[in-house]
Amino acid sequence: MAKITLDNLAHSYLPHPKGEADFALKELNHDWEDGAAYALLGASGCGKSTLLNIISGLLVPTQGRILFDGKDVTAAPTAARNIAQVFQFPVVYDTMSVRDNLAFPLRNRGRDEAYVAERVQEIARMIGMEDMLDRKARGLTADAKQKISLGRGMVRKDVNALLFDEPLTVIDPHMKWELRTQLKKLHDDFGHTMIYVTHDQTEALTFADKVVVMHDGRVVQIGTPEELFERPEHTFVGYFIGSPGMNVIPARVEGNRAYIDGSHVELAHGYGPLGGKVEIGIRPEYARLSRTEGLPVKVRRVEDVGRHKIIRAEFFGHEINVIAGEDEAIGPDMTRVSFDPGRVNVYADDWRVAPQGRAA
Amino acid sequence: MDKTPNNKAWFLVLPVAVLVAFSAVIPLMTVVNYSVQDTFGGNQFFWVGLEWYEEMLHSERMWNALGRQLAFSAIILAIEVPLGVFVALNMPKRGFWASFCLVLMSLPLLIPWNVVGTIWQIFGRVDIGLLGHTLAALGIEYNYTQDAVAAWVTVIVMDVWHWTSLVALLAYAGLQSIPDAYYQAAKIDQASRWKVFRYIQLPKMAGVLMIAILLRFMDSFMIYTEPFVVTGGGPGNATTFLSIDLVKMALGQFDLGPAAAFSIMYFLVILLISWVFYTVMTNLDREGR
Repeated sequence: MAKITLDNLAHSYLPHPKGEADFALKELNHDWEDGAAYALLGASGCGKSTLLNIISGLLVPTQGRILFDGKDVTAAPTAARNIAQVFQFPVVYDTMSVRDNLAFPLRNRGRDEAYVAERVQEIARMIGMEDMLDRKARGLTADAKQKISLGRGMVRKDVNALLFDEPLTVIDPHMKWELRTQLKKLHDDFGHTMIYVTHDQTEALTFADKVVVMHDGRVVQIGTPEELFERPEHTFVGYFIGSPGMNVIPARVEGNRAYIDGSHVELAHGYGPLGGKVEIGIRPEYARLSRTEGLPVKVRRVEDVGRHKIIRAEFFGHEINVIAGEDEAIGPDMTRVSFDPGRVNVYADDWRVAPQGRAA
Repeated sequence: MDKTPNNKAWFLVLPVAVLVAFSAVIPLMTVVNYSVQDTFGGNQFFWVGLEWYEEMLHSERMWNALGRQLAFSAIILAIEVPLGVFVALNMPKRGFWASFCLVLMSLPLLIPWNVVGTIWQIFGRVDIGLLGHTLAALGIEYNYTQDAVAAWVTVIVMDVWHWTSLVALLAYAGLQSIPDAYYQAAKIDQASRWKVFRYIQLPKMAGVLMIAILLRFMDSFMIYTEPFVVTGGGPGNATTFLSIDLVKMALGQFDLGPAAAFSIMYFLVILLISWVFYTVMTNLDREGR
């Protein structure tokens, strides 16, 4: 187990990157704490797999350094880093038995057979495949194969980190939940540093202590699931996390009021003068429809998703979503919307602005 | 539910039946017909039953040709398969050089058989051939028209030159289908180069390799043109393989009956070996699942 430090790291797939746009991964400084479970969340092509491959040593970064417990491993090959990685598609050695698959990383490192047998037994119990040890890996189901890859990753006790590259993509939905829970439990039991790449927010939020949200090659926010929900640092985080995502409405902010087309919304805090593109962000959960209170809104559609209702509405020409309780009656006379002032975030050029007199 | 009988449907099968009849069944039956009769010319035939088959089964000439044929196929398979795999493993994976290698590898496959024979026939000649003359100048005894070993070496090297590409290309296709994640996982598992080959590359190549072996076996077992052009089956009978012997018998000596019996048995041997190959292949495949 180790602390992983990214120092001034950036990567471009082009041989001679010119501007910032050429970088698939923009400059980044970050410490992955020893023993924590991280999720790397972002849309496809945002650079999260690039980052993961740099950590595992499959890619050498264009600039910057990677340190494992303070030791520079930037140029070290994968084998020397002592990490484990589980890939998007299950990688198993088809012609070997499940037992040999699990033993493979240990045998390659010359561990003695007694130790190997003991570890394999332990891991097999952990992933629930004890009764399949003597089967050939070929012909097993995708989730069984993925469990084997996972087991191969964990069979070494001393790995610096366990990396997951969208490991549940090919798994059936009901197995996904089970495997994710198992992973979480393994993390709690053994305390490996885990980095889990995904584009599925549920996966990220349930698995990780801390979620790293990436957008367009940049880390836009690192935080607990709660922080990401309450205080998205970037409009992308607001939009990407939550279902539906945060409403982002262009506004003019003066002091503790946000003006939208001449009407205004009260804010809980005051803001200094803001430049650039100013918007306010409000989660659908913190907006409320009513007959009398708030600003005019035109309800377009109500979707009942079972545990709550999602109202799609038009607000000064912008589409917004409002979430209402399952038992709330939504009538045609509900033409007003109000926002919980404490939950409104203010953004300038997509980045969150801290209110005056308060730290971020 | 009862089906309505509709005999007109047979007409739809007719074109195929006619085509197959003319392309395969009738020619084959002609050969069968020859193999059970004797003729003294003048289109007069006498029924002899299985006599030709018996004669052929006891013919030392045929057994010798079969022995040479099996040896030839075994040797070229033993060289071409490992060599082809080795070449495929060392070919660039992508980029300009990958395409370049592919084109280069395909070239020998595009040359007609008798041209390949002619190339090597001239190449190996002691008087004017680049290879033959160079070897002679170096003091190495090499003359494929007189020395059986030299003739065999020439024919084998020629076949390896002509057909290793096929094995290499098929193996290369098998290798290209392996996702990068496998190699990355192997690196993480600290697998040695040999283990990567043994547990990742070979299993993924197994399917295409089997096809390559089958193709090369059938093709080499029927080889005719190239050795005929280079050595004409000689010196003596040293490189007289089954096809060459068959042509000698049928067209050279005009022994149509024995030659026909020979053909049928030749065909059955190829069929048998291919069937064994195929069965073993599919069984291996199923066992793994």
